[in-house]
Amino acid sequence: MGKDMGRYIVKRVLIAAVTLLAITFLLFLLMDLLPGSPFNNEKLNEAQRALLEHKYGLDKPFFVRYWIYLNNLLHGNFGISYVIAVDQPVSGMMASRLPITIRMGVQAMLIGVVVGLIFGIIAALKKNTWIDTIATICSVIGFSVPAYVFALFLVFFAAFKMGWFPIRFAIDQPVFSSILPTLSLSAYIIATMARYARSEMIECLSSDYITLAKAKGISEQKVIIRHALRNTLVPIITVVSPLMIGLITGSVVVEQIFGVPGLGQMLLSGVQNNDYNVIMAVALVYSFLYIVIMLVVDVLYGFIDPRIRVSGGKA
Amino acid sequence: MERERVLSIRDLEISFDTVHGKAAAIRGMRFDLYRGETVAIVGESGSGKSVTMKAVMGIISNNQHIDHGSIRYSWWDEKGQKRTVDIAKMSERDVRSKICGRHISMVFQDSMTSLNPTVTIGNQIIEGMLEHYKLSREEAKGRAIKLLEDVGIKNPEKRFKQYPHQLSGGMCQRVGIAIALACDPDVLICDEPTTALDVTIQLKILNLIKKLQKEKQISVVYITHDLGVVAKVADYVCVMYAGRIIEKGSVEEIFYDPRHPYTWGLLSSMPDLTTDSPRLFAIPGEPVNLLHEIKGDAFAPRNPYALKIDFEQAPPMFHVGGKHRAASWLCHPNAEKVQMPESLRIKIDRMLKGVS
Repeated sequence: MGKDMGRYIVKRVLIAAVTLLAITFLLFLLMDLLPGSPFNNEKLNEAQRALLEHKYGLDKPFFVRYWIYLNNLLHGNFGISYVIAVDQPVSGMMASRLPITIRMGVQAMLIGVVVGLIFGIIAALKKNTWIDTIATICSVIGFSVPAYVFALFLVFFAAFKMGWFPIRFAIDQPVFSSILPTLSLSAYIIATMARYARSEMIECLSSDYITLAKAKGISEQKVIIRHALRNTLVPIITVVSPLMIGLITGSVVVEQIFGVPGLGQMLLSGVQNNDYNVIMAVALVYSFLYIVIMLVVDVLYGFIDPRIRVSGGKA
Repeated sequence: MERERVLSIRDLEISFDTVHGKAAAIRGMRFDLYRGETVAIVGESGSGKSVTMKAVMGIISNNQHIDHGSIRYSWWDEKGQKRTVDIAKMSERDVRSKICGRHISMVFQDSMTSLNPTVTIGNQIIEGMLEHYKLSREEAKGRAIKLLEDVGIKNPEKRFKQYPHQLSGGMCQRVGIAIALACDPDVLICDEPTTALDVTIQLKILNLIKKLQKEKQISVVYITHDLGVVAKVADYVCVMYAGRIIEKGSVEEIFYDPRHPYTWGLLSSMPDLTTDSPRLFAIPGEPVNLLHEIKGDAFAPRNPYALKIDFEQAPPMFHVGGKHRAASWLCHPNAEKVQMPESLRIKIDRMLKGVS
């Protein structure tokens, strides 16, 4: 299995590289088509603006610029910022922000998946009782309320009214002050996970192999842990990658609300200021993260479900 | 040799809670199983065959209740003492840990779906052994490989490590049988064990069960609607309709001298290559709705031979010779003699000729 798996991963990495290349092109094209320029400052006259554009090479033809950008990218150079932090390398700006965003994302994902699974499984086991009803109501709410509404609610209630948590993210209290933003981000994940876990578990519990396991005389707990849980996880894993998108888009807004100095905030101000290299770099990092997660999920799939294992045993 | 009774069900009543109200699924069931014998329970879907046998295994869902009756199971314990328990009175947990798998086990209809796709064949077989016998993994593995050989699987060492999707349907069913026999049960319940298999494999599986039954001296209950299977394997046949056994007897008695109009219908609807009729017979009407209280004989509305009393009072079991019993007022000594339909008579005569 090891060799096949290795080849599979190499193939996937190559596909990922092509995908990233396509993404750079699309982004580059989109920003070229959009009106405006990084130097939309009213104080600048036409000549000054032309001078600045010439200085940064923005007056060159599209493909020449794209070629230069790609070339730089291959050498690990994301370019410099035009507006937000004038002439600062984008990679340096990201270096301090990326860990914050990733940590918050991982926190939200872990909490979301674990809590969501637990809720869903309990609801399934207690199907049609008040526990199930409450869990269902909560997940419908979590599912339909957007992350920023939830974030505002938390800021108002838990931070402002009750004063349990700081209103804004503080770099000297990275764990404590990240609780509220993490919660806002994970609400949607918890809700989605709980919904899927519940329905998958219910379906799983009514399957023939569960009846067989019961007929063997194995205790209820062992039936659930050994036979139901793993089969419940297989279809649920697919949901994880789309949830990543929700997490990324959610983080842009949530970071803004809590003043978290992360990538999302950087992307937002980049977009507001037409800071091309910043937008490119952050979007690429997001795409990269997403592709990596998808790859991990697909590999994980094979570990959990032997049927999907990439050309596993020979029957 | 005296026949030793292993399982005896008396007056069993099971009802389901449904959105439309309470449905009486099993309405006073009486059933006996003796050591080493094979009994087939036949009847259409919804007649209560599977529900009864799942109740024997304590596998009933939350909306099902045993309202009345007993399910007595007897066995000889390690000290040679005869013991009897009433499964209907035991908690689900007790049935699971003391009876299921160890004393009574089950082979399911579709082994492709009844094996867990994410667990290896080997682990699924030894699971029960580890639970009931507290064996070490090595001991259990040794026994499992022996079992796989017994059920006719070649290369058991290799199969032990494989997953269900790597096996064919027939092989999966053999594994299902191995799982059922893993803890040397006394009673094997086969719920439509061959329905999901193609015809050539069917016979092999039936012969395998027969062979293992003889070797291990176990009793087998077949739940089926395939009368072909019944004729091949059973010693006795119980015909079920609407949660009750309406006719029972030896295979010969049921096949060659059926008394209940429902059994006539069942036998008539059996496909037959030698028949002259271009149409396949079907019992008219639909199965009764168990949500409503049934007055009289449940089959009466579909029964062209129904008497007036059939609509008023449920018939008792009439003794009609040998081990043969039938619950039909037609069997009452005072009832007008009604013969089975002519076409069935001809069919049975032909079957009898084929046998001799």
